[in-house]
Amino acid sequence: MLVFIIRRSLQAVFVLLVMSVLVFVGVYAIGNPVDILINPQADQQEREQAIAALGLDKPWWTQFLVFVSGAFHGDLGKSFVHGASALGLILERMPATLELAIAAMLIAIVLGIPLGLWAGLKPDTASGRTIMAGSILGFSLPTFWVGLMLIMVFSVMLGWLPSNGRGPTTLLLGVPVSFTSLEGWRHLILPATNLALFKLALLIRLTRAGTREALLQDYVKFARAKGLTNARVIGVHVLRNILIPIVTVIGLEFGSVIAFAIVTETVFAWPGMGKLLIDSINLLDRPIIVAYLLVTVSMFIVVNLIVDILYSALDPRVRLSEAKG
Amino acid sequence: MAQDETQFRRILADFFANPIAAFGLTLLALILFVAIAAPLISPQNPYDLAQLDVVDGRLPPGSTASSGSGTFWLGTDDQGRDMLSAIFYGLRISLTVGVMSTLIALAIGLALGLVAAYLGGWTETVIMRIADIQLSFPAILIALILLAVLGQGMGKIVAALVTVQWAYYARTVRGAALVEKRKEYIEAARCLALPPSRIVFRHLLPNCLPPLIVVATVQVAAAIALEATLSFLGLGLPITEPSLGLLIANGYQYLLSGKYWISFFPGVALLLTIVSINLVADQLRDVMNPRLQR
Repeated sequence: MLVFIIRRSLQAVFVLLVMSVLVFVGVYAIGNPVDILINPQADQQEREQAIAALGLDKPWWTQFLVFVSGAFHGDLGKSFVHGASALGLILERMPATLELAIAAMLIAIVLGIPLGLWAGLKPDTASGRTIMAGSILGFSLPTFWVGLMLIMVFSVMLGWLPSNGRGPTTLLLGVPVSFTSLEGWRHLILPATNLALFKLALLIRLTRAGTREALLQDYVKFARAKGLTNARVIGVHVLRNILIPIVTVIGLEFGSVIAFAIVTETVFAWPGMGKLLIDSINLLDRPIIVAYLLVTVSMFIVVNLIVDILYSALDPRVRLSEAKG
Repeated sequence: MAQDETQFRRILADFFANPIAAFGLTLLALILFVAIAAPLISPQNPYDLAQLDVVDGRLPPGSTASSGSGTFWLGTDDQGRDMLSAIFYGLRISLTVGVMSTLIALAIGLALGLVAAYLGGWTETVIMRIADIQLSFPAILIALILLAVLGQGMGKIVAALVTVQWAYYARTVRGAALVEKRKEYIEAARCLALPPSRIVFRHLLPNCLPPLIVVATVQVAAAIALEATLSFLGLGLPITEPSLGLLIANGYQYLLSGKYWISFFPGVALLLTIVSINLVADQLRDVMNPRLQR
């Protein structure tokens, strides 16, 4: 187990390093930030001062070395536009994104698992079929367009919910959160629903497939033969066994929810890291793009690692094959 | 040959046995027709500025043109462009990008997957490890960063989509090829001392195709949706080549003032395209899966 964790961690560090080189070299090739960031009216001397201050006069590999040595000290460079630490700006926006992602995940789990279970237990009923048809629609609907339609219906036509921004925040354990107030909830509900839709469809399909498969297994027949109640057979025997792959997928999908938050945040003007990324790409603010990527990739790697460990903790069969290999 | 034909007929008959799938295929055929014939059937050329009149700007669906020469069935955008024509042209661009990127990614993924499965060893390890690492990141993140680096343009977005997609094919082909490789007919071909290229492309490849066709169908829909999302974020196609995503983005600012049609109808067109492709893919998966055959 320990060897497994160490091996996976080393692999993770390697991926991170390769990503940072690729991204840095790639991002270096986008346009020329000098033309965008420096006042066109500035004279030659002012231009040179600004270039030197931003470190843009050095060759790219020197910039990369400065960047890497900075990265080890938690310094990912200064934003060209905001003049503040890139990592600081990303971290400042992170709670908003995490709040949105967690809310979306919760909606997907709370609705998806019961609906999938229902569709799996009663696949041939009208309700079961409707749930499945709905999930195909959930897969096909482009996230950004659904966001626009939610705004159109609930903000413009009905006027029930605000169309953009985040509600007032309060500090909870030092983290600014908005779900403590009614106004915060009113702002959160549309973007969170929008972001949840795709994962909801995924969870419904996954739970349904797992349930249908589990119902055919001998242990379910045996539990029925023992005379256990239906609720116990489903709640304990079926659910526990299908939960293993579901937990894995939930863990792995959390990373993709963070990535998809880029789209939802742009539609709803939600002040998270994703919106910051899009704004920075449009302004060619390199340090922010690189910092965003490194932060997200690190998050992915940590989440994947946790899922792997959790998986082997939940399912003894995985542990056995891992010990052998 | 005769057996091939009955096989094909069986697949065809199975496919149309499901009315929902038949509906999907009909819808898809209609969409393809509209996209291909756009210049012939559009009420106006939406990108010929001479045909546009700003007076007609932001008219609701069903309005009559100021010149009295026609009706805007789906309304107009801020420049007086007929939305119906814009959607027809947009479909053309969206489908072109989706199909083109899928075909290129398919070719690359197919070649790499077959090579990995046939050669094995470190070639396989390197190719599959790269695919695995890439697949552990969401497609949208990779495409977004690539476009941030490459800039805008049709060729660039196709390149980004190909980079995102090849790994799915490589993995599918390798999985299928590993199973086929152990079968007797490959062994027989080896015993006949056929050149490896012939074994791979004439014997192995045709038998790996069915799962690949299903994945490719799903991926066309995914590519179209991804392109629309990227264009909506302002990172995909330039204004001169407006795909459905860009049309939706243009209507975004008018949505809050209740002018829904500029965003709504291109979105419906996008949705119908994706749903019809997914319905066809769903049925193809069932029809081509030998385990489900009676």
